[in-house]
Amino acid sequence: MKVLIPSALRSYTDSAYAEACGDTLAEVVADLDRLHPGIAFRMIDEQRRIRRHIRFFVDGRQVRDLDQRMPDDGELIIVQALSGG
Amino acid sequence: MSSANDPDVAVTLLVATRKGAWLYHADAARSRWRVDGPHFLGHIIHHMVLDPRDGRTLLAAAKTGHLGPTLFRSTDAGLSWREAARPPAFARVEGGGGRSVDHTFWLTPGHASEPGVWYAGTSPQGLFRSHDGGETWAPFSPVNDDPDYRSWMGTVQDGTPDGPKLHSIIVDPRDPAHLYFGMSGGGVHESVDGGRSFRTLIDGLQVVEGFDASQPTFHDPHCIRLCPSNPDRLYQQNHCGIYRIDRPDTRWRRIGGGLPAGVGDVGFPMVVHPRDADTAWVFPMDGTSVWPRTSPGGRPAVFATRDGGATWQRLAGGLPAEQAWWTVRRQAMSADSQPVVGLYFGTTSGELWASRDEGEHWQCIARHLPDIYAVEVAARAQA
Repeated sequence: MKVLIPSALRSYTDSAYAEACGDTLAEVVADLDRLHPGIAFRMIDEQRRIRRHIRFFVDGRQVRDLDQRMPDDGELIIVQALSGG
Repeated sequence: MSSANDPDVAVTLLVATRKGAWLYHADAARSRWRVDGPHFLGHIIHHMVLDPRDGRTLLAAAKTGHLGPTLFRSTDAGLSWREAARPPAFARVEGGGGRSVDHTFWLTPGHASEPGVWYAGTSPQGLFRSHDGGETWAPFSPVNDDPDYRSWMGTVQDGTPDGPKLHSIIVDPRDPAHLYFGMSGGGVHESVDGGRSFRTLIDGLQVVEGFDASQPTFHDPHCIRLCPSNPDRLYQQNHCGIYRIDRPDTRWRRIGGGLPAGVGDVGFPMVVHPRDADTAWVFPMDGTSVWPRTSPGGRPAVFATRDGGATWQRLAGGLPAEQAWWTVRRQAMSADSQPVVGLYFGTTSGELWASRDEGEHWQCIARHLPDIYAVEVAARAQA
């Protein structure tokens, strides 16, 4: 699926969009990490929790569960919420 | 871009800040400085250390305000950087309740006989080790999950304003199995079996009035340093004063009583002389009332002892005489190993100061940097 990468993570992908596949959000992120090593740990911690300022949207709806199934032909938008100085 | 190993560079300072990292290179006289940076602009860099065993592996502990932590590696002394394949991370706990690393706070190269070994301390408190020059990391020793240690670590609300820290990881230069570390909070700990077990080393240390000094959780060592010229001697800047211990003694002695009453012996950094175990330097901070964490009275000064802490001398030549309300963090002061030792510190207000004469006179070599978290001297490769 098509993945929109936030600016803070484009050092991994070198572009605003990436392609990754998987049946669940976790699998898509894992595939993204296979293609762009290191990117997953910046978004998901070692206890498999989505980090505080990271949000995932699939076809416009927020996904909070890493095990949620992904549509065959959807778009994943990763948002890095900005806060603080 | 310059490397820390350029032959015309006498000293390189590795400056880690809240918004990136910089390298400052000095000429032979240590009077002219050349800047290289920023590296990792916008990243919070807690510590940057060069491996003295090979003189070229450089590690930088990084995170941003919004992303998880990582660790950058250079194998050419800072000319190029790559991210570690597996940064420090706690073991996963099925069913919840596991901890996650917020940031790596402290980096220590391993013993000279163990090339490639590094140790890392994290926030919240965790101890990690790498066998491959910082490329991959794993939890080290039972400390991270031991019920007593977990109890002494407290929660994220029990630590510093930036989170509880494991720091001051020290490897005895005579014995790779002899290790020390400190926790804020959680006390000082020692291993003599290569990290298979640790024991507390808190006798003689004071805690905040009203608390039980026999409980490690109430202890807050800020910075512990081992003297290279006498590895049996350690100095410590603690939340409750300055201390010294001479092993095999197991009791710390408070040695900060000689500082002026209006200054006190609270602070964060502790620096030892590379060749004289009786000489050490501190940077006192206002730890009264609500803990302003500024220079006492707005008059910053380094204090030195030349007799193991019996007496202390104020060293403030060239520093602002008044109205300077910054201070120096625990990792932000260090010494080089030149014949006349150079001292360096970075301030919370983003100034970098250097002394070519062991603290007698000071020169500001950089202004307007972000809040400086760490200043390390890039040690040359060991012969």
